[in-house]
Amino acid sequence: MYAVLVVSALTMIVPFLWMLSTSLKTDQYVLAMPPQLFPRPLTLASYVRLAELFPIERMFANSLLVATLTTGGQLLTCSMAAYAFARMNFRGRNALFLIYLATLMIPFQVTITPLFILMRYLGWINTYQGLILPGVFSAFGTFLLRQFFLTIPREFEEAAYMDGASRWTVYWRIILPESKPALATLGVFSFMGSWNAFLWPLFVVRDMELMTLPVGLATLHGRWLTQWNLVMAGTVITVLPMLVVYLLAQQYFVKGVALSGLKG
Amino acid sequence: MVGERGLAKLAWVLVFVLPSLVGLVVFSVIPILSSFGLTFYEWDLLTPPRFIGLGNFQRLVYDRNFWAALGHTLYFIAGYIPLVMVTALGVAMVLNQKLKGVVFFRAAFFTPVVSAWVAVALLWKWIFNPKFGLVNYLLGLVGIHGPAWLFDPTWAMPAIIMTSVWKDIGFVMVMFLAGLQGIPVEYQDAAAIDGASDWQRFRTITLPLLSPTSFFALIISLINSFQVFDQVWIMTGGGPAGATNVLVAQIVKNAFEYSRMGYAAALSWVLFLLVFAATVFQTRLQKQWVTYD
Repeated sequence: MYAVLVVSALTMIVPFLWMLSTSLKTDQYVLAMPPQLFPRPLTLASYVRLAELFPIERMFANSLLVATLTTGGQLLTCSMAAYAFARMNFRGRNALFLIYLATLMIPFQVTITPLFILMRYLGWINTYQGLILPGVFSAFGTFLLRQFFLTIPREFEEAAYMDGASRWTVYWRIILPESKPALATLGVFSFMGSWNAFLWPLFVVRDMELMTLPVGLATLHGRWLTQWNLVMAGTVITVLPMLVVYLLAQQYFVKGVALSGLKG
Repeated sequence: MVGERGLAKLAWVLVFVLPSLVGLVVFSVIPILSSFGLTFYEWDLLTPPRFIGLGNFQRLVYDRNFWAALGHTLYFIAGYIPLVMVTALGVAMVLNQKLKGVVFFRAAFFTPVVSAWVAVALLWKWIFNPKFGLVNYLLGLVGIHGPAWLFDPTWAMPAIIMTSVWKDIGFVMVMFLAGLQGIPVEYQDAAAIDGASDWQRFRTITLPLLSPTSFFALIISLINSFQVFDQVWIMTGGGPAGATNVLVAQIVKNAFEYSRMGYAAALSWVLFLLVFAATVFQTRLQKQWVTYD
């Protein structure tokens, strides 16, 4: 059984090694047969050439900017709304919450055509706001955090209100610190979702200067079809940061998938 | 508890709810509603939209590309779902034991899950390269002359299915692992003492107790697989000869390349109905095989 496990684990790992190894090859060895898993000579030439031919640093920065702002925006807007849904009684609360849940059932592809038209109307095609803003508001994130907030005992808050604390103080000083695991789970998934996103950036961005890495990679591949060392260098640059995030925050990825089938 | 009244209370509600609500209405609720409205119009974005009633749906009935895309999507689902469920369950069963290096193995299976689909698709496009790819090289070692994979209408979809299974095993595995960890060890031990074989224990204890998890994993995977797009777009662009054209690719082409906004919207609602019907169907069916407690 251990042998089966090792073989299947190799099936998972070897492709990544192959990605890395191809990116480190010189042009003449890329198509060498038999393929070399450990390239000789080892060279960073593809990375250098990629940076010369292609605004890859700019795309990296775009991805980082988009993912960071989307994550920050989601954490803030979702947690605020979730606080209201979990802790405030107001007329229409349940109806409003039902609207949030209803939007969860609709696949993103349904909204993409009108969203694209809206972006054209607002003049947001090829802009950062067009790239970022539609991803900032999440019904799912609100739902996830509300469920978590409901499990926090109210005693802490009541003591704070006795001391004259405002709603904002309670939300910021008590609810948020108590919810770190839930916020971390939502955070890593919204970061991953936006770092890896392809469909929406494909729609909304045309200029290379504004592309995120996945759309940039697709363009790169379209342009240098057979230069696999170049393309693989691009994929390494795209995949590596997410692997680091994953290694740092493994438990939250596992929790998110296990509890809610989150997929970023 | 909180002594606010009237305006003060309303003000706080607005402070907390409005940022999220406005965003959701503008970028989600309104697009959903207008997407529905759009299905009754013909609009190329250049000339004013023209009301055509159910015209888009009539067109859809006679659109061979739509039926082909639906067929390819179902083909993808029929290959992908059983493969990913079974392999992920197998891996989860093995990794649920106290093995040496279990943390490493779990991470290995999860790595593709966090990687961008575009990167994974490009990687496998390279691996499936007919002449210089790893797959055909390995097949060659055992004397098989591998097909042209993504360039061969027969083999393109199987290649996409295999790539998708490879990427998602870890995702489904984590759900199964969570389910397996919820099964009390005592049950297994008691059955082992009574002389039940591994297979009997798996059949009569693990599978039934795991069925809520299996149901959950099935629904999630089903919803995701109807929306298959990124890997297809990168690996084949829907080809060769349209052999892997799936529903979402068809939506993107209509909205993007042919500027048929109304028709694209109509297609997206068909996608919604399919996902919805599949979920309802599975939920009905679950009574037959899912055992709670």
